[in-house]
This record gives sequence, structure tokens and C-alpha cells, in this order.
Amino acid sequence: MSTTYSHAPGFVAGDRPKIVTSRFEFADSFTLERYLATNGYKGLRAALSRPANEIHDDVKSATVLGRGGAGFPAGTKWGLTPQQVWPKYLVVNGDESEPGTYKDRLLMERDPHQLIEGCLIACYAAGLSQCFLYIRGEMALAQERVAAALNEAYAAGYVGKNILGSNFSVDIILHWGAGAYVVGEETALIESLEGNRGMPRLKPPFFPAVNGLYGQPTIVNNVETLANLPWLLCNGVAAYTAVGTKTSPGTRMVAVSGHVKRPGVFEIINGTTTFRDLIFGEEFCGGIRDDKQLKAFVPGGGSAPWFTADQLDLPFEASQVGPAGSMLGSGAVIVMDETTDIPAAALTLTHFYAHESCGKCTPCREGGTWLERILRRIVDGDGTDADLQQLLEVGAMICPGDFPHAANAQLGLTAVPFPYKMTTICFVGPSAFAPVHSALTLFRSEFESRVTKRVTIPVTAVSTAKTVTSVGAH
Amino acid sequence: MSRLTDKNLVIAKEIIARYPRQKSALIPLLHLAQEQSGYISREAMVHLGELVGVTSAEVYGTATFYEMFRFEPIGKYLVNICGTMSCALMGAHELMHHAEKRLGVKAGGTTQDGMFTLAHAECQAACTEAPCLQVNYRYRLRVSTADLDNLIDDLEAGKLSEEIPAHGVLAKVRQHIAPDRGVGAVSPELVDQAPAWLNGKAAL
Amino acid sequence: MTIVDPTAENIVVDPNVVNITINDKPVLARKGELIIAAADRTDDFIPRFCYHPRMSSVGMCRQCLVEVETPRGPMMVVSCMTPVAEGQIVRTATDTVKKAQEGVLELLLANHPLDCPVCDKGGECPLQDQAFSHGPGESRFVEEKRHYEKPIAISEIVYLDRERCILCDRCTRFADEVAGDPLISFTSRGNDTQVLTFPDEPFSSYFSGNTVQICPVGALTAKPYRFKARPWDIEQTESTCTSCSVGCRIVVQSSRDELVRFQGVDIDPVNWGWLCDRGRYNFESVNSTERLIAPLIKSDSGLATTSWSIALESAARIIRTALASGADSVAILGGARGTNEDAFAWASLADQLGITQRDSQLGDGLTPEIFNLEQATIDQTCAASTIILLSPDLKEELPVLYLRVRDAAQKRKSRILEFTPRDSGLTPYAWRSVSFEPGRQAQVVRETLETQEIQEQIRRGEVVVVLGRANLAENESFTLHALGEIFHAIPNAKVLPVLRRGNVRGAVAVGLTPQKNSGDAIDILTKAAAGKIECLILLGSDPLADVADSDLVARAFNRTRSVISIDTFINSSNRNADVVLPAAAFAEKTGTTTNLEGRISNVTQQITPRGTCRPDWMIATELGLSLGIDLGVSSLDELHQKMTSNIPEFSSCANNPIINSDGVLMVSEASATISRASVVLVDRNSYSYRLIVSRTMYDNAQSTTTSPSLVGIITKSAIYVNPLDLARIGVVDGTNIRVGIADKSIVLPVNAHSGVYRGTAWLPYNHTTVDVRPLLDITSDVVDVRIEQLH
Repeated sequence: MSTTYSHAPGFVAGDRPKIVTSRFEFADSFTLERYLATNGYKGLRAALSRPANEIHDDVKSATVLGRGGAGFPAGTKWGLTPQQVWPKYLVVNGDESEPGTYKDRLLMERDPHQLIEGCLIACYAAGLSQCFLYIRGEMALAQERVAAALNEAYAAGYVGKNILGSNFSVDIILHWGAGAYVVGEETALIESLEGNRGMPRLKPPFFPAVNGLYGQPTIVNNVETLANLPWLLCNGVAAYTAVGTKTSPGTRMVAVSGHVKRPGVFEIINGTTTFRDLIFGEEFCGGIRDDKQLKAFVPGGGSAPWFTADQLDLPFEASQVGPAGSMLGSGAVIVMDETTDIPAAALTLTHFYAHESCGKCTPCREGGTWLERILRRIVDGDGTDADLQQLLEVGAMICPGDFPHAANAQLGLTAVPFPYKMTTICFVGPSAFAPVHSALTLFRSEFESRVTKRVTIPVTAVSTAKTVTSVGAH
Repeated sequence: MSRLTDKNLVIAKEIIARYPRQKSALIPLLHLAQEQSGYISREAMVHLGELVGVTSAEVYGTATFYEMFRFEPIGKYLVNICGTMSCALMGAHELMHHAEKRLGVKAGGTTQDGMFTLAHAECQAACTEAPCLQVNYRYRLRVSTADLDNLIDDLEAGKLSEEIPAHGVLAKVRQHIAPDRGVGAVSPELVDQAPAWLNGKAAL
Repeated sequence: MTIVDPTAENIVVDPNVVNITINDKPVLARKGELIIAAADRTDDFIPRFCYHPRMSSVGMCRQCLVEVETPRGPMMVVSCMTPVAEGQIVRTATDTVKKAQEGVLELLLANHPLDCPVCDKGGECPLQDQAFSHGPGESRFVEEKRHYEKPIAISEIVYLDRERCILCDRCTRFADEVAGDPLISFTSRGNDTQVLTFPDEPFSSYFSGNTVQICPVGALTAKPYRFKARPWDIEQTESTCTSCSVGCRIVVQSSRDELVRFQGVDIDPVNWGWLCDRGRYNFESVNSTERLIAPLIKSDSGLATTSWSIALESAARIIRTALASGADSVAILGGARGTNEDAFAWASLADQLGITQRDSQLGDGLTPEIFNLEQATIDQTCAASTIILLSPDLKEELPVLYLRVRDAAQKRKSRILEFTPRDSGLTPYAWRSVSFEPGRQAQVVRETLETQEIQEQIRRGEVVVVLGRANLAENESFTLHALGEIFHAIPNAKVLPVLRRGNVRGAVAVGLTPQKNSGDAIDILTKAAAGKIECLILLGSDPLADVADSDLVARAFNRTRSVISIDTFINSSNRNADVVLPAAAFAEKTGTTTNLEGRISNVTQQITPRGTCRPDWMIATELGLSLGIDLGVSSLDELHQKMTSNIPEFSSCANNPIINSDGVLMVSEASATISRASVVLVDRNSYSYRLIVSRTMYDNAQSTTTSPSLVGIITKSAIYVNPLDLARIGVVDGTNIRVGIADKSIVLPVNAHSGVYRGTAWLPYNHTTVDVRPLLDITSDVVDVRIEQLH
């Protein structure tokens, strides 16, 4: 039932509606020639033949959800910019780097014109006068394909001055990063695009829609979000909302990786497809490798709290996943089978977020590394039971209060819903704690069997000063 | 010495002109400098500062934030082995151990002949094809230890020089906007009106 | 805004006032104000590290987290970036907040070294204090801390200890936002983030000392203070810096009766807490072992130490003898260095003796008439819609005024219209910078002001002219002609006079300025050169080093029979004096001073004068007694009273002890007008270069050369020309060349400088190694030089 294409490694086509991957079957899907032969730039033409505000209204009524992680409707986002402040900019977030996630890369490599067309529709509808397409630095092929597509599109009159002979003119500037996960956060992306260190800005006052690139109103949209627009404009709102559910219409791209038989990126129907479908369904991953048991899975990219088999029947629907204690994030499921060394798996993620901390907020800069060091000690077999509590307490410095987690029948846990409180500006700091918290909550015994019992590590105020000084505590 | 060459200076100026503020061009220009020399020299940073109108310290502050920029020469081929969760679950650590043995350097090191720099990398966005690696940011997917050996052999034999350029070269295609097609960058201070097409009428 | 008691009955509702509660207590706040700033007026201190009221907030240390009530329950926000809102309920000490604050502090301390006992900041360290007040009281961090080489010198003055740094962005933000010298930056990322300069490029900012002052830990330390004192051994007093005429408010700190440190005090009208490095660090000069500590008298073997009574008697005898030939044979040069009271006492003495030849400027300023034009304060200048610069390079000569004007242009929407002979520190921030060849400014100003674009700008609102002397190698009248053109076009323009000497405005106000048709310093020296002056009294002045025309001064000193010097050091002018009276230096005396805008504020004694040094005013009264004149004052208070009742400008501080840091403005009345005049100027020969001579921050000033930390950064002499002219001269950067006028020449290196316009050459004044003054002739309108290769 499912097909893979050698020219699009990782992608698995299926017998499902294709909104953004319709051209992936063609080996030359990235060329203008193929694009034009498959309805290319028809959405743009449709858009330009109507007033801009109507196009904006279409995107609003279609409820095109943001595919970057937060799931905020794009049409609403565009409407948040102040009415009379000009110019406004579009910044395309192609800095995909959330662990487990890749779909923007495929969309840029395989169908760059679709993205370009999406950018143009957005600029037209929301009155954005320049577009910056920020591609992750490590994605050389995507940069190449988008550059070539832009060159073709400019030459053919689809981008630039007087597009299709109209009074709609906009430049799309290809920009590329240089290796920093945090730049995927929209305010950090703007900093980076301004030539600065990619350190997030506090929202408020720096809501991009109000005070973004160069202090101007700026829309930051994810690649996949924009890639939806040509289809929407070609086929209409009704056709778009006919797919998926009312709150989560359309499709979305999901990467399922880890211990499954057939890992891959799928375009799935939004809102209805469940995690069980994805992991065990024959048209998707076909079950756990070697028919082993599922131990846990990350439902929405490395930042998301983990689920276990108890949550398999949840659909891809934010309003259900949030209360269950996690998030859908960027469309990435990472599956762990029974053989997984849970503390070590958590360490790979905690290491990632600690490493990717920009260093701006104290709790993330200091706390992330601290978490990583304690966790590494435990994984290496040098930890003590006191370290387990210490992990939670350092985590509480980043995320005070209850941290979300899933329900678990066997452990008698009820869910703590998403989101969490945080002492940092952005989600990188909390993300370093999320895997630690999930692993420790759901698999505490694996940690306990890993550590030795010791009582002299000063985890609380110690009244006998001797023990304190011996380990050099502050 | 390693300021931008005249040829690259032309490219640099074209890139700078695309942005409403010159400093925005800094990261693309740092890539250009790295493409020229394989790494970013002190002189290059001074030159870029002059080009975009910021101090060398600002260039340095930006450049050191991003992992892809190197400030000392490294191997011709940078082999980045992903070690984040999906790859780790599928044997990335074993692959790294094998690479270390095969190349005779630890992660972070460069082989004596200057051919290879081996590095531990974070998620490369190919998670379903784990374990994966990049050589100068060109993917190799579902890499077994045997695949890795073959890759090293091929690189050493120069068989892949067409596909994988020396470290520093990213995209081999550059964006170029013909002057008669581009709208041109305008400083935001000089714009105070809604774009022409927001007039309540269809553009076409 | 006035903060009134909200419980009072008759509250006038001000639309700009917002009612909030902080910990259940009502607080009135200003619209747009940050919670942390509003809380600073209450007893509820919110701990903070990155927040600084004079810089933009970044919200990165996360120490100032508080809880604000929202419809969805309490939300944690950083109080340094959250503005107040009507009805806002803020809590700064709930359990959640305390936990967050303790958490952040524990994290900040995690990698912070425990070298507090040997850290200069220990005892006055915000990290230490807030760890005590808001910290968890323990650390559970058992891992190894971050290690860096400690400390590294990032400039001649500033040292950086990266282990102590808590990455609050204050220094880097200051360098970028306030000083405009982004020469330090965060580098690397995450846990490896460090503040650094570009490799091998120092943090050579004129304002680097401010970063040391605002560093909330001991990461940045300054050479002059390192390991000199402990905070609990320090005694301090508030005073006003007199290194230049900006009059920055400072705290003078001493330990064991030695000056150890100056810190900036934040006052709204002047310096906002900032200082320049020269003003901050030249206190070392006061501690110098080269200071004069006893009176000196001429003997066969040069100057010899003597007693005050003998010295005063000798001085009196000399003056009496000279006066016998007429009051015209005595002249006083200087007086701008001391207090208002010092200057007043000397002016009173001169009045009684009939000495009318006095000048506190040395031919390098402008006529005191400019004080009688409609005046603007610094605040008014920075609020003007157009700031016209017809002035020296403020960054070099009046550094903190540069910060204020830069801020006005960057953040307050003032537009700078600059007229300058070469690019100045403010050129990059100018809305329009118009260059002129020295001597041609009136013409250039006239033509510029006639353009439509400029006229539109001028009509937008208030115009203030920052007026001073940009070039010592041209006649001062050119500046006044240009000013005449400005007034012609903008009759209601105000003037901020920027004469650079510390208390020149006060000295002029009390009368240390030419009286009754007497000439100025240059006339006095010209008369002296003609043998018409018998006695020259040098009141803290060194004409042989300071007056631009060295030839004239040399001849003047050769022909003057006697010199009496009141000074703190031996210098080139008093080396052969008849009597040298040792004066108390800054911080060794109390009084008042007047800044360039006419703001009178106090200077305070903090240490005992070295040796037997006395303040100038006391020397004046005692010399008076030796001359049989009683000035009628026996104390500083009496002198101050007399000054404020005698001098109308000072009436504003008559019954005002000036305890307020802001000081009081002197009374000024606009009585002068400057009108346009026709100017005739010789054209420059196309082979020659028109000279621009001006001062830079670090020159051979006495206070700089005697400050060990500064002496090393004094610039070496060189001449600067446009890169294209350098090619025309046919040499490479840094080559020694010959610069000559008719019969004189000097040899020094030439450097290319794109801020110098073609056909002109910039020659900084008073730098080390080569004296440029032989080229300067005070009587010529402009100076055109030849620049030639050496053969």
C-alpha cells in the first residue's frame, strides 16, 4: 500500500489525500517545468484574481494551522499585525531542527516552487512587502534547490517586480543559517536574520507580528504551513476543510523514527489519525521492529513529554494531546522499544537541548548543563539515589510547579496537562528537562537500578558541616 | 590575506544589497568567507565588518554563536555523525566508535593528512533514516559501519569530489536576482504606505 | 511625575498615572513604566542583575521574576520587561517567586568561583548581597566549575575575569547602546558563552570604566583600583568632576587618605551615572609623588623649598614692585581649574589691586560673550528637534556630553546637523554632516541653511546650537561668523556653549576674564612679548605648554621679569618662576563649580591636601593680607556668601547649600547678539593642506601624564590626511614626512584617515613625541602647510 521513492528518501507515500506532497512521485518535482505541468502557480493566479483581503479570509476560514510546533492558525496570525504600520515582512522558518522532525527539508528539496508559491500568496494576502526564506544551514541540498527554483521563478515572472504582470511585487530572499537549533524559535530567527547571535527576545514586547524584523510587523510562518496555501487556493476552502477535522483540518506531515519496522515521513490526515495507526498501521510503520514491545514514544518532537502504550489511541489533535500531558509539536514521533536504555535515551535529548541553549537565560544556560551532567553521571553508573531528586529540583528551577506528564495505569498516574510554567524566555530550557522528567516519572525503576545509595551528598541543608565541606559545595 | 577575493566581493555586495539592513547579510557572508578558505580567518572577519558596517567584535560575536563556522583550518571533509535520539536509538554511537577507529581520531579531531575532521553532530533532520551522517553537509542515510568504510574509501580516492565539494562550500547554486526583475530592498524608515496591491481590488 | 500618597483625598487624576499594587500595597506608577522601576520606589526590592535603568531591558538573568495576576491565575513575568498596567496586582515574594529567585541565584552561583575574599567586588557585590537576601543559602552543585584564564586584560585599563562573569549583558549592552563602541561581545553559545573582544583588538573605548562600575560581579575590574582597597575601608563623598566642563556628578572614594576610585552618580540633567575614562581615572594624578607639596622660591640653584610666609612675602613684593609701574604691568592667566570660590577670591584680589588683565582661557576658546546668548541646558539640547553642532569633537573633548547627544540622536529623535572640518565622533549619528574647509564655515553654513530640506527640518521645532572651538589653527572669529549665519536663519536658536576647561564658565562669571577693554590671553602674551608685562600670575595655567602659538609664548616668557605660579605640579611655565605656591588639588578642597550649561554644583574635600597645599582662594586671601588688602572673608562659607551676593549669576545659589546632586542653574540673561559679517579669506594654494588642530581625549594634559594608568595610552603625534591625499604625497601609511610653513617645519608620521577631507590635514594637539605648535601662528587666520617626503 505504501510506496517509497528513491529520489525522496524517507518519504512514504500512501493512498491518502495529498495536499503538500502531491508531486513527490516525480523525480523532477523540484523543476519549474514539472511544477507548471502539475497545477503550479495556479493558486497564485487564483489569489491575484481576487482582492487580497478575500484571500486572507479564505486562509482564516480554512483554519490553516501553523505546522512549526505551536499550531497557531496562520490566518489569525496574519491578522495580528497593526493595521497602519508599514512595511511588514514575511519570514519563512525553514530552520527545521527539532529532534525527530523532518518534513520542511523534504518540502524544500522536493517541491521548492510550492513553497515559493505559498510565500507569494501569504505576502499578497497579508500585504507583506519582502519575504526572507531562512533555510537551516546544514541543509545544502534544500538551499540549492530553493535557490535554483527562485532563479527560475524570477526569470519566469512569478517572483519579483509586477508578478504575472500585476501590481503585486515582492522579493523572496533566500537566507541560510549556520547551525543553531534555537534559531528555530521565531524571535531568535529574526535576530539571526538581522545578523546577530540567535538569542530569543522576550514576548512581549517583541511579538514579531508587532515588533519583529527591523522592529517592523513580521509574520513568521513555517515551511509546511505555507506549502499548504497553493492547494488551498486551487481547490478552495471547502475542499481543504473536508479533509481532517473541524479543529484540525487538512493534512500534516509526520516523521516516525526509532524502533519501528518502516520508519518514514507521512502526510497524514489531521485530527483523526491516531498514534496507534501511525506506529502499528500497515500503511504507516507496520509495528515495532522485530515485533518487540513498545516501551515509550515521543509524540511531538524531542521537546515533548513522552507517552506510553496507554496513549496510543489519541489522535493527532492538539486539543486531546495537550490535556493528556504532551504536545503535537512539529510532527515527529520517536518510538522506543523494550530494549531501550531509557536514561541513556533521555540523555541524548537533554544533551541536545543543553548544547543548543543560546546562553541568554540563566536557568537554561546553567540548569540545562547541570541536568545533563547529573544524568550523564547516572547513565555512566556513577550516580546516587540523591541525584534523582536533584534532577527534579534542578528541573524545577527551569519549570517551577507541576510538570506535564502522561497518565499511566500501571503506575497509577493521572495526567498533568500541558503546558508548564517556566522561568526562561523560550522553550529550550524546559525542553532539556522534559525528557528527564518523562523518563524519571514513567521509568523511575530504571534509574533506581542504575544508582548507588549514598547519603553524604549534600542535597539539602546539612547541619553537620563536615560532610558539606568535603565535597566542595558552595 | 584571507579577505574576500575580488570575485567574492562582487557576490558579497550583491548579497548585502538584498537586505534593508546591511548587517543581515552577515551570516551568508561568513559562509562565503568559509567557502573561500575552508574556515573563517581573522582577516575575513575584519573585512566582513567593514562591508556591513559593524565592528570586528560584533562579527566575532555573531560568528561564534553558530556551529558551522570554523575559525581554524579543518579537514577537507567534515564528517558529522548525528548522535541525537533517533540516530542514537539506531546505533549512532557504534557508528561513531567505528569512525573513530577507522580514521584514527577522536570526535572533534582531524586526520593527520588533513582529509577528514570527525565530529559529533546534533539532529540533522533525517531521523527516519537513522543512523545518518553528513559529509560537508551532504547526507548519507542508514549508514552501516561497512557503508562508512566505503564512504571513506571513496572520499580518499576522490570518487565523490563531484558530489561533495571541499569543506566550506554549501549550496552550489546561488540566488541571483536580475536587476530588472528585483523589487529591491528598501530601508523600513522610507516606507510608510500600504503596498499597492492592498487597494481592495484584484491584482490581476 | 510626582508620587503622591494615594490615600490622600484630593488626588488629581493624571492620565499618565497608573494604579497598581505591589504586595497588596497601592503604588502609583507612570504609564509605560516597568514593574521593577515602580517597585524601586517602594520597600519591596526586586533582585536583579541584568536590569539597568539607563539601558534597554533584555530580561535575561531571570532574577527579577515576580507574579502578576491574570484571568488565568498568577503568571510569572520578568519585572524588568513588563510594563505596569491599570489595576495590575504584583507579588514579589510569594512561594513560587521565592523559589524561582532562589533557583536563579543557585544557578548563577553554580559556576561562580568562590574567590570573594580576594575579589575587589567583595563587600559591594550585587551577587553577594542578593545571594544573602534572596538566595537559597546553599549550593547543591558538586560538579566542577567552568574554568577560564583569569583575569585577561581587555584594554590598558580593564581586566576581565570570565569565571566570575554571570553573563548579564550589562557591559556589552553599555558598549553598544550607550557608548557606541561595540568592541566587546558575547561569543560562543550556551554554557560556553563568554564576553570577549575581537582577538587581539582591545576594548579601547573612552567609556570603558563604566562597564566596570555597572558589572554586578567582580568580572570587570579596573587597573587603578585592583587590590587597592576593600569597600568597608572606603570613605566617600559626592562631588562634581572638573576634568572638563560637562560637570559629571561623581562619588569620590578614598582609603587611608588616598584617593582610590571615582564612581559616576546618576543625575538626570547631566551624566546619568556615566563618566569618561579620563575623568574617572585621572584621580591618580592627585596621588602623584610629583605633586608640589611646599612653596618654592627661586634661588641660585633653581627652585628651592621655602615656608609659606617667605613665599607669600616674596610674591607680594614682586606684585607690589610691578604694580608700581602701573596696574597694566601685571596679568593673571588661568583660574578655570579651581572652584567658583577660588576664582572669585582671585578676581576680588585683582579688583582691589586694579589688575584688569585677566583671562581664564588661553586663546583656545571663544569670547565669553557667547554666555550672554540665549542658553540651552544639556536636557534642552537633547530634547531639541534639531541639534546643530558647530563645536569641537564632543567625543574627544566633552565625552559625556557626546553620550547624551548621541543618545538624543539615537533614541530621542533629535536630528543632528553637524558642521565640521573633519569627521567627529558624532558624524556617524548625524542626520546631516556638512564638512567645511577651515575658514569657510560661515559660507558653508549659509548655503546649507538655505536649502529647502534643512529649512523644513528647522521648522520642526526647537533648534539648539552646540557651540565651541573646533580648530585651534584658525581664528576664533570664523566660528562666530558661522554662528552669525545660523542666527540670521534661525533667530530663536539657543546655544549650548561648550568651552572645555573645567570651570571656565564660573571663572568668567566671577570676573577672571578681560576687564574694561583689556585684551585676552593672547593680547596679554603679545604685550608680554613686547616687554610690557612685569609680572605674570599663573593661576593653575601652563601657557608654555597650552598656548597654541609656542613662539609667541616663548618670547613672552623671555621678556616677563617675574612669574608667580599657583599650581599643583611643576610644569614648563613655572619651572623658572620666581615663586611657586602649592595649590590644593581636586578632592582636597570644598567649594562649587559651574559646568558648561551654567549648572552650579558642589565639589567636596575628601582627603587632606598633600604637604602644605592650600586652596587657591585661601592663597588669594593670604596674599592679599601680605599686600595689605583684606578680602573680608575668613572662611569658605563667608566667601561663598559674598560671591553669591556680589555676582548676580550666582544669586540662584545664595541661600542654597546645593545639597541636591542636580545643582542649580546660574542666572543667565540673553543680552548679546551675534550677527552675520562678511568674511574675506585667502584661497588655499592647491599644493598645500589646510590645517585642523584639535585635542583628543588622551593628550599631554598634566592630569593625564601624572596618572600611571593613563600615561601609556596617550596618543603619539601624527598628522592625518585623506587616503587619496596620502597617495598624492606618495608615501605609505605611517611614513615620517615633513610638514612645513614658510620657514619652519616638523617631522612626524602621516596616516591615512577617511574622516579627513581632501586638501585638509588633521593634526591632533599636545600628543607625545612631536610638538606641533611651531607650525601655529596665532595671528594668522588659517594655517596652510606643505607636506613633503623626507629626502
